[in-house]
Amino acid sequence: MSATSSTRLAVLPPDQRRRTKKRGRDLPPGEGRSPILTIVIWVCAAYFLLPLFWLLISSTKDNSGLFSSFGLWFDDEFHLWANLVDLFTTRDGVFLRWISNTALYAIVAGLGSALLSAAAGYAFAKYDFPAKKFLFAVVLGAIMIPTTALAIPTYLLFAGAGLTNTVWAIILPSLVSPFGVYLMRVYAEESIPDTLIEAARLDGAGEFRIFWQIALKIMVPGIVTVLLFAVVHTWNNYFLPLIMLTDPNLFPLTLGLAQLQAASEAGGGASAQFSTVITGSLVSILPLVVIFLYLQKYWTSGLTTGSVKE
Amino acid sequence: MSTTALGRRTRRDKRRRNAAAYLFIAPFMLLFATMLLLPLFYAGYLSLFTEQLIGGASFAWFDNYARALTDERFIGGVVRMCLFLVIQVPIMLLLALLFALALDSMRVRGGKFARLAIFVPYAVPGVVATLMWGYLYGDNFGPIAQFMRAIGFGSPDLLGAENILGSIVNIVTWQFVGYNMVIMYSAMRSIPGDQYEAARIDGAGQFRIAWSIKIPAIRSSIVLCTIFSVIGAFQLFSEPKLLYEVAPNAIGSSFSPNLYAYNLAFTNQEVNYSAAVAFLLGIVIMVVSYVFQLSTARREKKGARA
Repeated sequence: MSATSSTRLAVLPPDQRRRTKKRGRDLPPGEGRSPILTIVIWVCAAYFLLPLFWLLISSTKDNSGLFSSFGLWFDDEFHLWANLVDLFTTRDGVFLRWISNTALYAIVAGLGSALLSAAAGYAFAKYDFPAKKFLFAVVLGAIMIPTTALAIPTYLLFAGAGLTNTVWAIILPSLVSPFGVYLMRVYAEESIPDTLIEAARLDGAGEFRIFWQIALKIMVPGIVTVLLFAVVHTWNNYFLPLIMLTDPNLFPLTLGLAQLQAASEAGGGASAQFSTVITGSLVSILPLVVIFLYLQKYWTSGLTTGSVKE
Repeated sequence: MSTTALGRRTRRDKRRRNAAAYLFIAPFMLLFATMLLLPLFYAGYLSLFTEQLIGGASFAWFDNYARALTDERFIGGVVRMCLFLVIQVPIMLLLALLFALALDSMRVRGGKFARLAIFVPYAVPGVVATLMWGYLYGDNFGPIAQFMRAIGFGSPDLLGAENILGSIVNIVTWQFVGYNMVIMYSAMRSIPGDQYEAARIDGAGQFRIAWSIKIPAIRSSIVLCTIFSVIGAFQLFSEPKLLYEVAPNAIGSSFSPNLYAYNLAFTNQEVNYSAAVAFLLGIVIMVVSYVFQLSTARREKKGARA
């Protein structure tokens, strides 16, 4: 076995040889890449990509093209631009409104919950205060509470306070992330040395300065993870806006797209806007996909922290 | 009181630190109490009343719960979710584990891109995923139906009453395999390398290493993934709610307990009964995840003794 891999190494051009060798460090001696495993995994990966490929292809077709051409390949005509124009001009450009609403909800809720979780997690990790155990147990227990089962009483409470159909109805409930607190506690415990805090105290730094200027900086990768997942959670949330909002001007993308879809289903052949719904779906997933790819390093490292610890 | 100056000082420091700690957790705790605990107690409170045609709501002890426990639509929804869970969670987590093992073995060419490809659906909102799969399943311009027709079969009725549960299993699995895979993969990457060295010296192959080292090492991650998947499965809502538009007969108004609670509150205006249903669903979820945790803890103990 080891003979074959060293022969293969010798056959490769020098630059490629170096790369293979570097990668090979993690491989046990005598074991190379497996073609069968590679094919199996890539066939599986295709299953995950095909629906998105279909979405991309379909967004270049008009309504009749959707029906008359094969789903996984282009039609003769290319309608992507026309679809985008349609999408952004239907109902006085309400789609753009939905995008900015979604971004507003996701960014405010994401930043807010990341900061709240970081402060609480830091306190749980680095301070010994009365009732700490009890409070943390309550927070931890709340991870199990099915949040969607709370949606209806939350709606009634918000309705009583006159807050339904406002941005607060979406932002306030999204700020609370018990799992974020748990994650930040584990992260703070592992990444911030007690000696560093002690040294800062000896230098006369106050507790808030220590948190704001030292701890927060160290906790950045963990905070980005919590931020990212809070953003995704809010961006993708459908149940909460569905019960809280009736004003289309406040809708996030999820609710707006669902409404467009319902309208085009109900409209049947005559006023069907399938191409608009499809193009809208494509546009609405692009930001998150880009963010995830761009911030890959952060969320993978943050997830490791959260998942390895019991 | 014979405290020295130093003792007084440390006590003052201690007090100041406690105050700081409370201020750090206060903003979160305040929102936690108003956005999570308050609705929880309010739901419990509401569920103890019944509406009457005359005289508004009246206190009724556990009448709503008794009603829910004999309500075929609620029980049917819970049973359907149990069936969904028993099928969907093992498939999803097994796939996630196999992908994680395959990618961690470093034997897949282009593994990094495969990992991203499998993960990408997680970034797709549930609403969009459901709309998209709804079209893909559909008879109109769905490629599955097109393909089946082209090779001479009739188009399969993926949105019919018999297949709808399987179709939803596929949507949810498509969305969340990658997320679970990334968690398991990250846990595997943090296994110390010397464990492998020892195994290799003993002549252990890849499968043996996967079975005896990697899977036990990421146990806690697998347990975590399982609990979150179970909680998520019981709360199924967006998928049946949206597929209702394209397949109203196959879904109905009580496909999942969450959908039922929603329809009770917003279509039937039975808020009190809806609160009881939601509360009961919460209890079912807590009990199931608690039992699961307990049984894994016990198995762990047994394993340690053996």
